[in-house]
Amino acid sequence: MADLRNLTLAQARDGLAAGDFTAVELTDAFIGATEAMRGLNAYIVETPEQARAMAAASDARRAKGQAGSMEGIPVAIKDLFCTKGVQATAGSHILEGFVPPYESTVTRNLWNAGAVMLGKTNMDEFAMGSSNMTSHFGPVANPWKRKGDDAVLVPGGSSGGSAAVVAARAALGATGTDTGGSIRQPGAFTGVVGMKPTYGRCSRWGIIAFASSLDQAGPMTRTVRDSAIMLGAMAGHDPKDSTSMKRDVPDFEAALTGDIRGLRIGIPGEYVMDGMPAEIEALWRTGIDWMRLAGAEIVDISLPHTKYALPTYYIVAPAEASSNLARYDGVRYGLRVDGDSIQEMYENTRGAGFGAEVKRRILIGTYVLSAGYYDAYYLKAQKVRTRIADDFRDAWQKVDAILTPTTPSAAFAQGDKMDDPIAMYLNDVFTVPASLAGLPGISVPAGLSADGLPLGLQLIGRPFDEETVFRAAHVLEQAAGFDARPDLTGWGG
Amino acid sequence: MAELLKGRTGDWEIVIGLEVHAQIVAKAKLFSGASTAFGADPNEQVSLVDAGMPGMLPVLNAEAVRQAVRTGLALNARINRHSIFARKNFFYPDMPQGYQISQYELPIVGEGEIAIDLPDGATKAVGIERLHLEQDAGKSMHDQRPGKSHIDLNRSGVALMEIVSKPDMRSAEEAAAYVTKLRAILRYVGSCDGNMQEGSLRCDANVSVRRPGEKLGMRCEIKNLNSIRFMRQAIDYEAARQVELIEDGGAVDQETRLYDADTGETRSMRSKEDAHDYRYFPDPDLLPLDVEQAYVDALKADLPELPDAKKRRFIDELGLSPYDAGVLVAERETAAYFETVAAGRDAKQAANWVTSELMGQLNRAGLALAESPVKAESLGGLLDLIADKTISNNIAKDVLNDMFATGRDAATIVDEKGLRQVSDTGALEAAVDRVMADNPDSVAEYRGGNQKLIGWFMGQIMKASGGKANPQMVNELLRKKLAG
Repeated sequence: MADLRNLTLAQARDGLAAGDFTAVELTDAFIGATEAMRGLNAYIVETPEQARAMAAASDARRAKGQAGSMEGIPVAIKDLFCTKGVQATAGSHILEGFVPPYESTVTRNLWNAGAVMLGKTNMDEFAMGSSNMTSHFGPVANPWKRKGDDAVLVPGGSSGGSAAVVAARAALGATGTDTGGSIRQPGAFTGVVGMKPTYGRCSRWGIIAFASSLDQAGPMTRTVRDSAIMLGAMAGHDPKDSTSMKRDVPDFEAALTGDIRGLRIGIPGEYVMDGMPAEIEALWRTGIDWMRLAGAEIVDISLPHTKYALPTYYIVAPAEASSNLARYDGVRYGLRVDGDSIQEMYENTRGAGFGAEVKRRILIGTYVLSAGYYDAYYLKAQKVRTRIADDFRDAWQKVDAILTPTTPSAAFAQGDKMDDPIAMYLNDVFTVPASLAGLPGISVPAGLSADGLPLGLQLIGRPFDEETVFRAAHVLEQAAGFDARPDLTGWGG
Repeated sequence: MAELLKGRTGDWEIVIGLEVHAQIVAKAKLFSGASTAFGADPNEQVSLVDAGMPGMLPVLNAEAVRQAVRTGLALNARINRHSIFARKNFFYPDMPQGYQISQYELPIVGEGEIAIDLPDGATKAVGIERLHLEQDAGKSMHDQRPGKSHIDLNRSGVALMEIVSKPDMRSAEEAAAYVTKLRAILRYVGSCDGNMQEGSLRCDANVSVRRPGEKLGMRCEIKNLNSIRFMRQAIDYEAARQVELIEDGGAVDQETRLYDADTGETRSMRSKEDAHDYRYFPDPDLLPLDVEQAYVDALKADLPELPDAKKRRFIDELGLSPYDAGVLVAERETAAYFETVAAGRDAKQAANWVTSELMGQLNRAGLALAESPVKAESLGGLLDLIADKTISNNIAKDVLNDMFATGRDAATIVDEKGLRQVSDTGALEAAVDRVMADNPDSVAEYRGGNQKLIGWFMGQIMKASGGKANPQMVNELLRKKLAG
């Protein structure tokens, strides 16, 4: 039998359906890969026994003719999702040992579709970070390395563990969450497809909150088709999440027609950034050519408030985070560090439980919401956010999707930019605007840097028009023919 | 104009605004499906949302919205068809999320007005500033084990309406009348049971003093007053404290105070300097709340008759005195009881029996109307026996005593005890003749001009008949026969 780990999710699905192998066999192959790839530090918790039991149950369902859309597919789950009976930490010391007695809606949907859980993936603490360096459980390594350089690179963040396991063929897909780029940026850094759907497409119930008005779950996979299949299983209205939209989930895979003739693709002039590496700009131009050659109409557009997106994001997200993280006080679950008074107990618990980046953002968030500064920061940021959304709304008059680079650089080394938070925040400069506007965005691996590292292109679409995004991404993927792979032998593969 | 407070240096006016927290009558909490029944064991009614578990999200309870809109309509207030839920951030051990979901800039109900009834029979309009929806907090218990605090989250997330008045009240008396009236309206609407002992209705009082006609003075907020009596005492104490402070050359600090019912004093809880910066912002887990005008209209059409309208109708259509009408409409149950008794009967007589006879009995027995052994239908039955002259008014009072003691109906008691009024002319004539024959001196005295003796004759005959003689007929017969 060929190495099952090299299959795509769609190929594995078809192989299972054809009876070429069983879910138990497939799962065993990925449990083996998980163990082989431990050097990446991509999992916080592995759940091999649960995986085998789920795979056996999947085979039994298939035998009864009850196969779901993800039947028997082993996936990894970002540790931001609560899964019943398995520790959920959000990468933080303050939640170490917390075992939720409930299942997030997105993972529940995946299990209902037949998927198998391999474990919980490592991530930046409370999803705050673009490098995976802020996890309490240590940094995740990017399976890719620069040509002729042994430096360990970051996989991006915050869904770095999910990105790494998909890139290292240690899972057929993984869930991520994206608040300002946390699916798309690590997707680009590791050469995988990262899809952030429209805000409201996937339920946030059971996902540990970072910034509620921005957080959105999405799939990380090796191909656009896999992404379409997996998002179809994750998405759907949930009455337990008031911001989840009452909309039917289309057959995203059916949208992959390969035909984008007449599709209008917008190119926003504002995404040309000062100091952006030439190879990023070159890749973008190549991507434009691919779309044009496939029959799309290329339209220059303007998103005039783009330059305000990053500062706006770094006000809104910390503001919401400062409030969302208030519940971690040592009273009911997770870490408690005693003190002589309740106030001291809070201080000790939060002081010991949160890492530096989380504390920084709580402080920023508390500051921008405080009396006297609210109008100047938070309220102003909300107004700018509306302008940014209006920019996109205007753009949809002229175009059907927007093509941009995903990140302003390729993956960097562990430890780089750690002393310069602003430089770190710049990783999200191309992903944040779509997040602020709640729009679907996908990163597709499209080429290699001069150092041999993957680079991604991003497609952004209209609200709830993931179908057009997938259709264009699929064409982009075919044109790019990205078939480079990280050398896994260095990681034990 | 309410009375002024006499200080050493002159008169002072008290200015009072009230914030009433009313627990909404609903089966579930404001943002979770957990039960809200009173009296459960600690932490028996706590959902994952109420406990602030990671990843939990609030879902608005439509019943709470419905009750808030109905209450707003009953307060003659503007319903804001677009409102927003905000997070009010502060740390507190029994606030599991680390914030309270409340409404801030855009509450569901805007300005309104209610009329309060003052003891002298006058009414006064008091403005409503706003009504907003918010979650209740849990409860810490510090006295269960040394060095440990226990936390009960049963109330955490319970739906409250915070009803904020304008600073329109000028005495503790008016404040009491306001809470009484507000409570009556809430109970009529059925949006809050108004039970202050169980904490369903709690009150914060903002009190300041000023020279009449001058601008508002610095106010203090007295928190968590859980009875009208304590609220009055607290306001009176606080106003006197502020006057004394200012007259001694000091100044009132804006602060939050607590009322100690044991000492009858208010004391500082936290000063403005320690005041929380709540860092309000719109809750990103909840969409703005938009209600349709048609929905509001339907709720308005469906509102019950409210106390003021009912009082007016009792006066105008049933001919009751304003006093009786006021007593009867003060509680929805009393009004409903009265209307059952009065249906198809003499309303004034019904009012009299309810307000003086029945309520007198209830007061003596320490019972609420709902616990009355005499149901409205039974009291109506008693009035029917009076109306058709089966028994006299006096006998009826005895029958009511019996009904109250046994719970049986009037007709049964009258029959069993043989209390039917004697209206047989022959029998009554014989009784009159007998009394006249037995008391010739009195007859002579009457005929000599002492007409007052008629009462004495009446008494003799009634006594002889065991109270059953029809007094009107006896009176007529006596007058005729004594006249000779």
